[in-house]
Amino acid sequence: MPFTLYDKLWNSHVVAEEEGGISLLYIDRAMLHEVSSPQAFAALREKGLKVRNPGAFLAVADHSVPTRHRDRPIADPQARAQVELLARNASDFGIDMIGLDDPRQGIVHVTGPEQGFTLPGLTLVCGDSHTATHGAFGTLAFGIGSGECESVLATQVLRLTKAKTLRVNVHGDLPAGVGAKDIILAVVGKLGSNGAIGHAIEYAGPAIRALTMEGRMTLCNMSIEAGSRTGLVAPDEVTFAWLKGRSLAPKGADWDAAVAHWRTLPSDEGAVFDRVIDIDATKLVPQVSWGTSPDQVADVTGRVPDPAGARDAETAAKMTKALSYMGLTAGMPVRDIVVGHVFIGSCTNGRIEDLRIAARVLKDRRIADGVQALVVPGSKAVKSQAEAEGLDTIFRAAGFEWREPGCSLCVAMNDDRLPPGARCASTSNRNFEGRQGQGARTHLMGPAMAAASAIAGHIADPRDYLGEA
Amino acid sequence: MQPFTTLTAIAAPLIEADVDTDIIYPARFLTITEKKGLGRYAFHDRRYDGQGRELADFVLNRDPWRHAGILVAGPNFGCGSSREQAPWAILDMGIRCIIAPSFAEIFRGNCYRNGMLPVTVGEADHAALLSDASAGASLHVDLSARTITRPDGSAIAIAIDDGKRDALLNGWDEVMGILNLYAGTIDRYEQDRRTRLPWLTR
Repeated sequence: MPFTLYDKLWNSHVVAEEEGGISLLYIDRAMLHEVSSPQAFAALREKGLKVRNPGAFLAVADHSVPTRHRDRPIADPQARAQVELLARNASDFGIDMIGLDDPRQGIVHVTGPEQGFTLPGLTLVCGDSHTATHGAFGTLAFGIGSGECESVLATQVLRLTKAKTLRVNVHGDLPAGVGAKDIILAVVGKLGSNGAIGHAIEYAGPAIRALTMEGRMTLCNMSIEAGSRTGLVAPDEVTFAWLKGRSLAPKGADWDAAVAHWRTLPSDEGAVFDRVIDIDATKLVPQVSWGTSPDQVADVTGRVPDPAGARDAETAAKMTKALSYMGLTAGMPVRDIVVGHVFIGSCTNGRIEDLRIAARVLKDRRIADGVQALVVPGSKAVKSQAEAEGLDTIFRAAGFEWREPGCSLCVAMNDDRLPPGARCASTSNRNFEGRQGQGARTHLMGPAMAAASAIAGHIADPRDYLGEA
Repeated sequence: MQPFTTLTAIAAPLIEADVDTDIIYPARFLTITEKKGLGRYAFHDRRYDGQGRELADFVLNRDPWRHAGILVAGPNFGCGSSREQAPWAILDMGIRCIIAPSFAEIFRGNCYRNGMLPVTVGEADHAALLSDASAGASLHVDLSARTITRPDGSAIAIAIDDGKRDALLNGWDEVMGILNLYAGTIDRYEQDRRTRLPWLTR
């Protein structure tokens, strides 16, 4: 019987089955950060439990860490206490902790793959909804709450119901100047913010196969924005080449055995998916969000939509509310939207390739007067690589600030926060009300468009700046 | 976890779709490492203005809904971040049951683990319950009988599987339950996995 990639990953991790379609699923690896783990560790202490398998965990602070003055203690006492608590919990329970001064430090979803902690065929969880990122490797990865963190720490299993499967086929070749972020924004726009609830998405087709690992991570990262906890790409030669030699990846004969196993994972010919949607990559243009939900997206060449044209009253009401919060007029050209802030970074677009393409747009150019622009590498490894390539010089010369790694202005938990009413061109993953600061307005886009918008001072088409490759 | 058996409480209508966890619990309060006492931050930016004054137009700031124990919400409630602070904060406000046409999955799972009952209802039932809530009425939830009783005496079925219902009714701790029932099974699975994929644990 032919199986999908998701079936294979799920089935090989079922420890026991209970009534009502509930499985005890084995969790191979988990990442911990300072926001969703304190209460889990507190519960373990309360119940007198230990961590079952400390080697399965990796702890990194990313959400509330500052992106400046990292040579000094964290200024915000509550954030400092939170990061110190993570270190103490890791030490007390025997878990490897990547501290702020560690060269491996970064956002969990950037540093995990970089270390080879993320591998195909495994299950991996983290108390963060963007854990779907790791699905780019053919890893069954999903976000969990703190209570589930406690379960994984104590038992190494989770009680779960198997999802339905949804295959997103992306046909054809991506046009020049269109990237992974544009694919996923288009997919989320098409599915709707709750369209994939209860489904595990597998991204497939020629345009996906042609993506680099960085692009695949960007793609899987935002699966949650369509309501799916899980996004997957089947592992292939691109995956293996990217992973080979990473510090925690298997070595020597182990590597060969692992690759042989990983080659059995892709969905079988004839495997049946509960739903299939098709996207024509050749028709995609750079995408940008205009509203307060990641499914409210438009072509950069298009106009802000009119609620009068909505398919139903509920959608129209949602659109009207979003337009009001965003301070936009229906029907205005997207490129007339003036931005005062630009953020390049986050677990969606804080990788080396993202920085490279943004730098390509910015080279020998200056950002518009009055624009505040920030680039926050996703990890120290990304930061050093970028510096080795001279990208930091390009960013600085263009007028960007060059910061230390962290979640920064994606979640606005540290002092990187926008004032009320500020409008930001952002490579992050959520444009919710108040996401980048109370009353702040976020437009989601890829790194090339964010760089182009910084130069123009309004939302701009990156293809006008990229020139010949 | 506190058992959930029956609940008679005022229901508050929160009609909009896609109420995300940033609305339920803004990120800037996430540096707090406690799970109790978060009710004051629930829906913070909808409840208070920049000076900390209550905003009169938000439903949970108005009588009788200020005392709500049930929330009748719109579709895709709890979408966005996995932060469990969102259900903790709602629970700390005194709300233990949320009724909506659909929930984000992580949020729904987080509710169960905290002794909260998320109920998914169809369009017609949702409309009826919204009108009850908008009228300021109380609803009666009976988890044993799997019903929500409306003020007119009619009942709406609660769809929930037996395992989740038993856990809520008894207030079972999931972690202790798994350790008691499955410790040996997990050991055997791990041994088998090490044999089949030795490269995984070297």
